[in-house]
Amino acid sequence: MLQILTAAISLGLLWAIVTIGVYITYRILTIADLTVEGSIVMGAAIAAISITRGINPYVAIILAFFGGLGAGLITGLLHTKLKIPSLLSGILTMIALYSINLRIMGRANISLLQVDTAYTVFEEMGLRSTVSVILLGLIIVAGIVGVLYWFFGTEIGCAIRATGNNPQMVRAQGINTNTTIILGLMISNGLVATAGALIAQSQRFADVQMGIGSIVIGLASVIIGEVLFGRRGFASRLVSLVLGAIVYRVIIAMVLKLGMPANDLKLFTAITVAIALSLPVFRSYLKPLKKSIKWGK
Amino acid sequence: MLSVKRITKIFNTGTINEKVALHDVSLKLDEGDFVTLIGSNGSGKSTLLNCIAGVYPADRGSIVIEGKDITNLCEYKRAALLGRVFQDPMMGTASDMEIEENLALALRRGKRRGLRWGITSPERERYREILKKLGLGLEDRLNIKVGLLSGGQRQALTLIMATLKEPKLLLLDEHAAALDPRTAKKVLGLTDRIVNDSNLTTLMVTHNMRDAINNGNRLMMMYEGKIILDIKEKEKKKLTVEDLLERFEVASGKEFADDRALLS
Repeated sequence: MLQILTAAISLGLLWAIVTIGVYITYRILTIADLTVEGSIVMGAAIAAISITRGINPYVAIILAFFGGLGAGLITGLLHTKLKIPSLLSGILTMIALYSINLRIMGRANISLLQVDTAYTVFEEMGLRSTVSVILLGLIIVAGIVGVLYWFFGTEIGCAIRATGNNPQMVRAQGINTNTTIILGLMISNGLVATAGALIAQSQRFADVQMGIGSIVIGLASVIIGEVLFGRRGFASRLVSLVLGAIVYRVIIAMVLKLGMPANDLKLFTAITVAIALSLPVFRSYLKPLKKSIKWGK
Repeated sequence: MLSVKRITKIFNTGTINEKVALHDVSLKLDEGDFVTLIGSNGSGKSTLLNCIAGVYPADRGSIVIEGKDITNLCEYKRAALLGRVFQDPMMGTASDMEIEENLALALRRGKRRGLRWGITSPERERYREILKKLGLGLEDRLNIKVGLLSGGQRQALTLIMATLKEPKLLLLDEHAAALDPRTAKKVLGLTDRIVNDSNLTTLMVTHNMRDAINNGNRLMMMYEGKIILDIKEKEKKKLTVEDLLERFEVASGKEFADDRALLS
């Protein structure tokens, strides 16, 4: 039981990075960006091929990050410069990435069983592999949360946040909304690709199919985080995303343990997300609208 | 100051729905002019404002602000010169962001944004001072989300944001029209105060004849995509609603028929 739990937590920590990426597009930019499904594989593919060619696993993670930035850039350009709807832009990049990922890897999957990964250092210190993943995962997630907290407080970060909220107002304040949208998409996909690189190394293989459903898993985690831990300040928001991703993995582990066939997993996740997304509709029947504050005091 | 030369804007060109929104419109605003622009629905007043703001490009003509030709400049680049308040109170602010975050975005209008903090402490003090003068009790609520404010409070805030970094030209697009009469009066009073304090060049679109007469030093009236009246200073001071209706009939050859403008 404990073993299942630690495995779920380790996986959840890595998927927390995907969740943060999905949050940036889905909640901050209010774009459902399907590029994620391709960029997570891209990160895995870049990391796998780099490591098998003898590149340092940490350098491989950074290379994966830059690959993700590129994927986000393409989606952003399709959407802003060529005026293709955001959902379709993401789908186009996702499909294109399928071929690109096959080209990067040269085949459909790459095994990482025989090589050193980013976790090897920790395993050599005598830690079990899941514990190593948790340790490195924690370090990287903490770093990302810290950097993003800083970034979204800067002038550029504030402009990105406002863009998803009211693009008309943002342009009236002299900000190029094309730039802020592209930046947001790049950061999001850069993070997702980083997660892909870390996931591939922890499961010790990269597979061209491994991205299927990742956007839904990301959304599920975002929503679980919001439902369980609220939607207060930005710092607690970021932490709630991490916790949401972990709780999602724990739930899945429990459901599998209770005997649900693994093949039904995606169906289960899809239904969960559908219910969670429709919660506001149900809630509006129960709760009166929030009151506004009157003039003066 | 502002010089609009022979602007034409046609929507849905070449279709059955073709509509000439602006027909060869020219106007000149001097430094410190506060122009109220009145006209009925579809007369082209909002289109004129949007062409100046760069929401859409004009088909013909040129727009110059303080010697700078902005005709082909995109919306966000023009924003450096312009302060804008919209009819819809939701339009001018980011509702999921805090009051101070909105103000901080506005303070940096026209400046290059970098990786410095989005808000600094001295700024916060300044915001508190400015909001205190409003008398809406917002100075103690810098950290609440703008979405929690009423329509009138949001318009007041948008007005502050539009003028926080002094604009060359302030564009007000029926910014009191969506508010109840009492709140509208407050917002218009605030508008007068801000415009007079900083002697801002202002173009205010309104539906309401009385507001058009009571505010500003110059009144223009639009009809079918043209400016048909331009009443200045002394002449405007003596103007009444009846005068305005009469002059409209003479200028357009039609009776003025817009219930909203007359009844409000």
